[in-house]
Amino acid sequence: MADQQNTKIKRAQFYARVRSLMFRLLIVWFVVSFGFGILLVEPLNEIRLGGYKLGFWFAQQGSIFVFIALIFYFAAAMTRFEREYREEAEQ
Amino acid sequence: MSLTLLTYLVVGSTFAVYIGIAIATRASSTKDFYVADGGVHPIANGMATAADWMSAASFISMAGLIALSYNGYGGSVFLMGWTGGYVLLALLIAPYLRKYGKYTVPDFIGERYYSDTARVVAVICLVLCSVTYVIGQMKGVGVAFSRFLETDYETGLGIGMFIVFFYAVLGGMKGITYTQIAQYCVLITAYTIPAIFISLQLTGNPLPQLGLGSTLTGTDVYLLDKLDLILLDLGFQEYTTTLRGSTLNMVAFTASLMIGTAGLPHVIIRFFTVPSVAAARRSAGWALVFIAVLYTTAPALAAMARLNIVDTMQQSDGQALFIEDKPEWFENWEQTGLLKVEDLNGDGRIEYTSDPKTNELTKLDNDILVLANPEIANLPNWVIALVAAGGLAAALSTAAGLLLAISSAISHDLLKSTYMPSISDKAELRASRIAMAVAVLGAGYLGLNPPGFAAGTVALAFGLAASSLFPALLMGIFARRVNREGAVAGMLAGISVTLLYVFQHKGIMFIPDTGFLGAMSPNWFFGIEPNAFGVVGALVNFTVAFFVSRLTSPPPSSVDELLDYLHDPCDVAS
Repeated sequence: MADQQNTKIKRAQFYARVRSLMFRLLIVWFVVSFGFGILLVEPLNEIRLGGYKLGFWFAQQGSIFVFIALIFYFAAAMTRFEREYREEAEQ
Repeated sequence: MSLTLLTYLVVGSTFAVYIGIAIATRASSTKDFYVADGGVHPIANGMATAADWMSAASFISMAGLIALSYNGYGGSVFLMGWTGGYVLLALLIAPYLRKYGKYTVPDFIGERYYSDTARVVAVICLVLCSVTYVIGQMKGVGVAFSRFLETDYETGLGIGMFIVFFYAVLGGMKGITYTQIAQYCVLITAYTIPAIFISLQLTGNPLPQLGLGSTLTGTDVYLLDKLDLILLDLGFQEYTTTLRGSTLNMVAFTASLMIGTAGLPHVIIRFFTVPSVAAARRSAGWALVFIAVLYTTAPALAAMARLNIVDTMQQSDGQALFIEDKPEWFENWEQTGLLKVEDLNGDGRIEYTSDPKTNELTKLDNDILVLANPEIANLPNWVIALVAAGGLAAALSTAAGLLLAISSAISHDLLKSTYMPSISDKAELRASRIAMAVAVLGAGYLGLNPPGFAAGTVALAFGLAASSLFPALLMGIFARRVNREGAVAGMLAGISVTLLYVFQHKGIMFIPDTGFLGAMSPNWFFGIEPNAFGVVGALVNFTVAFFVSRLTSPPPSSVDELLDYLHDPCDVAS
């Protein structure tokens, strides 16, 4: 009974971790594309990155690089979370 | 060697490779046929997904759309929209559906919403959006064949239909996966080689992604600044800042393409082929890496080709180009009808301006940009032949993936799961091959009639996937309270709203002059264009589903168990 209770709490903790990870990554996803690429494009275009205006760069290059990083970060973090959960469950 | 002969040679040998692979890896069981036995390595699957995803539209049309129709910055909606969807797919959809472990998207919707009605509605949405998408590919194949093999469009389409049918039917998912890997290699080589040459010519930097931000060779003027300046000179708007419609329209457009991407069944089923949930997550990342090679090259290609074109049109003294001085590629493409020049004021020069009354470059088709690029940059004939093979690889790989999604929805979801549960494995395979044949013929027919249909298909396919399947999947995975009634009502409402808006603008089935409510101004809904409307349909879907679910009884306990299993961190092996 206590064991079951314990599993339940552990699992709730795991879900909370996953939710907060997803939430943070989706904020970054939104900010680099809709934020930097569209809504804030005018002020960012005042800044230059070589020949690129920064807002334009985010819209046509930068956001795509960030998307890739987000997915690999997510994959690595989830693998870690799942391993830690299993290790704790075995103890 | 002549260009035609060289094209036959390059295209012919790539096709021999594809068909050889399809025969060597042909499917022998239903599991092979639907999900390649679930044993594909994540990187291999990522490459296959990239080929599956990048269609004739990405390869042939996108750079031209960005450079010409959307005037630079406005084209960012395609770049962000068609890549950002993979973040949603990797975080929210693919790992959970892989965990579920069945073969198709309607499988999941049917079980999660404990209803054959939901399954059938999902099949209808899937078939609608996949068939419209296939039509676009068929058209791409037809155009590419007709131009490079010098046949007419109908013959080109016929050859394309035959080849797609042959290896999709034979190979199933297993054959398609390995063929798509070969096709990715062909299409990415064909896309990047001309881009690297052009970047070197203009900026001295071999990487187009860096070349776009560099100075022009021998000057200290940045390429993009020069382009902005010339376009303003000719009366166009600035390349790097011009919005597509309004800010709101750009947000809606990008969002629609993103959630449409995450809801397209032929992309989702690719993640059923990897061995584990963790592999599904990594595989989405690899897919985006392979896609990004093309998607970050495309904007560079777009800007550089636009600069080359306006430069060609202006003599060094600032005057327009004399007609007799026009380069050879001009004449080659005038023959295809995709490029037209008319000396309106009779001064012997071709004036290229933004004003349709004085513009003498009367037609400049978007598709020319990528296809004519090797000629514009004076590259050898084998590069031109390679571009033809690349365009065909892009169209064929996507068409095959779509056909597989359609046929499995019909044979597996409609027959096996709903109407004929006792059907044998063998009969199921046969049914799915018949479904493919019917889909190829149907798509081939719609590629010809009605004539405007093929051009409008992208808006429709993404709009349908965004407004029907994505919300149903997302709520199915994360919202326990959404029940059968809510999901079915939501899908039907979302898809209807989207279809109504698109057809109201463009005519029913894109037949001109059948648009109803004709008196309304275009883009009347907050200035959002029909292509960008999928996100509105999705919001309608979410709202209706939540509302209806509240008013009806909660889902049974089996749904709770299913969701517990999907989110369970322990059971990661399968």
